[in-house]
Amino acid sequence: MERDRMKVVITIVGQDRVGIIAMASNVLAENKINILNINQNIVDGFFNMVMIADMSNAQVSLKELQRILSEKGNEMGLDIKVQHEAIFEIMHRI
Amino acid sequence: MSTIQDILETNRMIEENKLDVRTITLGISLRDCAHPDTDIFCRNIYDKITRTAEHLVRVGEDIEAEYGIPIINKRISVTPIAIAAESCRTDSYVPVAQALDRAAKTVGVNFIGGFSALVEKGYTKGDRVLIASLPEALAQTDRVCASVNLASTKAGINMDCVREMGETIKRIAELTRDRDAIGCAKLVVFANVPEDNPFMAGAFHGVGEAETAINVGVSGPGVVKRALEDVKGKDFGVVAEMIKRTAFKITRVGQLVAQEASRRMGVPFGIIDLSLAPTPAVGDSVAHILEEMGLESCGAPGTTAALALLNDAVKKGGLMASSFVGGLSGAFIPVSEDAGMIAAVECGSLSLEKLEAMTCVCSVGLDMIAVPGDTSAATISGIIADEAAIGMINNKTTAVRIIPVPGKKVGDSVEFGGLLGYSPILKVNPFKAEDFIARGGRIPAPIRSLTN
Repeated sequence: MERDRMKVVITIVGQDRVGIIAMASNVLAENKINILNINQNIVDGFFNMVMIADMSNAQVSLKELQRILSEKGNEMGLDIKVQHEAIFEIMHRI
Repeated sequence: MSTIQDILETNRMIEENKLDVRTITLGISLRDCAHPDTDIFCRNIYDKITRTAEHLVRVGEDIEAEYGIPIINKRISVTPIAIAAESCRTDSYVPVAQALDRAAKTVGVNFIGGFSALVEKGYTKGDRVLIASLPEALAQTDRVCASVNLASTKAGINMDCVREMGETIKRIAELTRDRDAIGCAKLVVFANVPEDNPFMAGAFHGVGEAETAINVGVSGPGVVKRALEDVKGKDFGVVAEMIKRTAFKITRVGQLVAQEASRRMGVPFGIIDLSLAPTPAVGDSVAHILEEMGLESCGAPGTTAALALLNDAVKKGGLMASSFVGGLSGAFIPVSEDAGMIAAVECGSLSLEKLEAMTCVCSVGLDMIAVPGDTSAATISGIIADEAAIGMINNKTTAVRIIPVPGKKVGDSVEFGGLLGYSPILKVNPFKAEDFIARGGRIPAPIRSLTN
């Protein structure tokens, strides 16, 4: 359970361009955050990605990660959200 | 691990359908603050509230950011002041209300509830001082919410208090007439009041509660409305099932937020209130759910049945999603705080009488009802007595939050701002209740109170 607490969901939405996944995975790698699952597609030129990552060994807090990704996202015109996975887990599992 | 569909569904509920947690309410007992000197009592309660609730707003904001779920309000409820302040040697609790107001502003909560008295069977000294202080207290403070419980299934209806509250509401309206009688929006008159309700204006920290408690109120009319769009034309079994499933999901979020807030603040988790609380925002309306079921406009014949189904299905779905439920737990139908209700009043489909019928099957009562400024005190008392009777006989909570707006008449509207919304003035039955209300005394407890 404690390990589960450290899972986060990263959602990225915005105009498609080169290097979005590279940017996100770089930020995660630099901060020792392990990617568990990536689901990505392009709809009408719009980039949609949902990524699940494990922050158990992360060198940053969730808030700090939110800040970093949000800044990088702004530079690239993307909307990036980072949320605890618990909210999805609790809503859809008994 | 969560699937992509689950993640997208949750975020759609939050972003498009306005799913949120309406309030985290921290209940604080003030019973150990009593002192004969009012100044010392005020200092005691200010210190205790600001100390206990110091981190409430920050904890709420942290949870909001980490989980990505909006938490609209962080609030405080306290022991009914008529009890906590009873040993003060004073004939006015206005300074107490001001101390509560200061404490609320210091910790950054938008409302503090508990300027309250429980008088269903009669008055104590503190109850009388509190009720006498209501007009000035509500006129001179911004964030203090008040409530008076004047009836219960076990005790009957205190008709002296019914009369007094009609006069008190008129007086509050007069003292806050420059702000469209906003003082009245901060006062709820109850029958069978719950003691762990997290929603304002009726929240207080009941006498049977622990030292402190975290109570959470969920929301999400928009999510239920959206879910029902997927079952257009299907029978009511399907409708009820869809509402239950949606209520379960909404409540699970409330449960998560309540547990986290409780853990982070070191305060015991009290209850989740399973209420669908609307806001004036587009897409956050209980009336629109009823209309989605097939009614042309809320208030049309069938509305009471639709609301009964909605209210029951929300409870059935929510119950399993939370370890403890309580508070009011049911759909709210505040007129000025629900875009669909406002529209229904404006187009003439929803009347005061229909709203009264609806209160028989949902959680609260005549909530945020703006009426003409010349409505008499006795008429307001009559409306309160009717609601109290519905609560008493049906063994449920009912309440009245009515605003006689000075200078306004039917056809006008009134703007309260923010979550309190705006409302057209509702028509009130013009026939008088003066002699009925003048009788006073107590309506005895009904036969159904004898359950032992």
